Amino acid sequence: MTLLWAQGLSLQLAGRNVISDADLKLEGGQVIGLIGPNGAGKSTLARMLAGLQKPDKGHIALMERDMALLAPSVRARQLAFIPQESRIPPPMAVRSLVALGRLPYGEVNETAETHSMVDYALNVTELQDLSNRPANHLSGGERARMNLARALATDTSIVLADEPIAALDPAHALSMMRLFRKLAEQGKGIVIILHDLMLAARFCDYLIVMQEGSVACQGVPDDVLSDDMMHKVYGVTVRRIENAVVPWDLCNS
Amino acid sequence: MSRLGRELTLLNAVLFGIILVLCIASLMSGEAHVVFLHALEDMLAGKHSAGAIIVMQLRLPRMLLAVMVGGTLGLSGAVLQGYLRNSLADPGILGVSGGATLGAVSVFYTGLMQLSILILPLGGLIGALCAALLLIGLVGQGSVLVLLLAGAALSSFTAALTALVLNLVPSPYASFEIMHWLMGSFTDRTFTHVWICLPGVILGTVLMFLSARYLDALVLGEDVAETLGFRLHGLKGVQTRIVLGTSLAVGSCVAVSGVIGFVGLVVPHLLRPLTGYQPSRLLLPSFLGGAVLLLLADMTVRLVSIGGELQVGVLTALVGAPFFFARVILLKRKALS
Repeated sequence: MTLLWAQGLSLQLAGRNVISDADLKLEGGQVIGLIGPNGAGKSTLARMLAGLQKPDKGHIALMERDMALLAPSVRARQLAFIPQESRIPPPMAVRSLVALGRLPYGEVNETAETHSMVDYALNVTELQDLSNRPANHLSGGERARMNLARALATDTSIVLADEPIAALDPAHALSMMRLFRKLAEQGKGIVIILHDLMLAARFCDYLIVMQEGSVACQGVPDDVLSDDMMHKVYGVTVRRIENAVVPWDLCNS
Repeated sequence: MSRLGRELTLLNAVLFGIILVLCIASLMSGEAHVVFLHALEDMLAGKHSAGAIIVMQLRLPRMLLAVMVGGTLGLSGAVLQGYLRNSLADPGILGVSGGATLGAVSVFYTGLMQLSILILPLGGLIGALCAALLLIGLVGQGSVLVLLLAGAALSSFTAALTALVLNLVPSPYASFEIMHWLMGSFTDRTFTHVWICLPGVILGTVLMFLSARYLDALVLGEDVAETLGFRLHGLKGVQTRIVLGTSLAVGSCVAVSGVIGFVGLVVPHLLRPLTGYQPSRLLLPSFLGGAVLLLLADMTVRLVSIGGELQVGVLTALVGAPFFFARVILLKRKALS
């Protein structure tokens, strides 16, 4: 089933084309990576897909229904959004913060359904031992997992994450990406904005490359991540080095 | 029920118990020596004895107003601190208290209060409503920042107009009356004041409690709150509900009691650590805590005599300011340790 289908999305802000004619089709069990240089329009596209920014043109279908016609609470039960994290969370217990993911169902605190979904989310993200810790005492990696747990507690078919591994060390970034992969294997559709192209190649089924508000190219990672694309989109040249620890190097074109 | 849930129930029960005890103590205490049980018997028997009149006509409305005003200020403080995500926000930040003050001061200036006891609180109420409508009109679909700026502008403007009225007031006696009213008090308040205050307090309180789940969502930021299904802006949005709720309730209270500071600021601060820092869990304890604080303050000003009755607003400020000094010292110590 097609979970999310955006067609011909365009947006102008202050007279500038921020997004031009962007398409995206997300199926269940799929991980789509949105990649591209800074300022390419990835976050704006993600905000449009999350229903936070109305497009000037084009339309989005969520679970085969027009997103613009869906009530906010219905949309919230289908799509969870994890924004770029920049704030330190309040000193609420991790469990209480994760339970906020149940708000679209009108239940936050004491129902059995909330308890079981929050337990599941804490389990999947391996946060059970930290469930009573104040959220502001968590490390960056733990905080990223907590944000994912909050999204999982909502039990949506789609998870949309804006740079969820941006501030993480390689080990934490890897474990987060494994988590996203695992969720896709359970049938969820995942859209992730990424800058790490190695992880994008390894964990995404499909990549959409954004450049200056437009989709520069898209396809499976093997086709998309070419030296030619790196040169055209990122303005860098890939140099292959044999027998090196990292078998390639990037230089400015 | 979770541990936090049990602790919260206990906290609410304790605060409610303290309110009950203070309400009875408030009815029993005052300058005139009244045997409370005799007065109660007279009241129930329909006798108009002096004791029954003092308790029913003077102390009961005063006690009810202390609960309503204290509760409203505590609740409004908790709601605004949660909504603005600023623990220094208080009910005065939106400028509606300033509107109520200006309305009441204008009544003093024009001498209209001679016509009826109703005119002064009604003037305050009209001032508060005008300020609330102006604020909602100014903010429209604007963000929290627009709300804060509009509130600051409205506060400054109403304060300037109040100062102008004070400046132009013709007699020193009227000037003294205004200054006295501005300090906030429950002295000589009757059931008329309770009835004037009650509709705004009930409606405002309901609107504020209906915003509880949104305040929780806002902990995760505005974007996440919207993707969790909450509408922030527009007439049906939560911002309008919060502005209208706090304006109605606080405006009604200021109209009958004058300006009483620090309750809305201090009470949520004190209770937040006991509620797990979750905004929705803070609302009811803040209402109850505010009522406790003002009942205590009102009883104190009645019992402590320093050449005339101290105004309750002066007492809350006297207690509130040192609380913040203590917070500053604690924060400094924490930063150094």
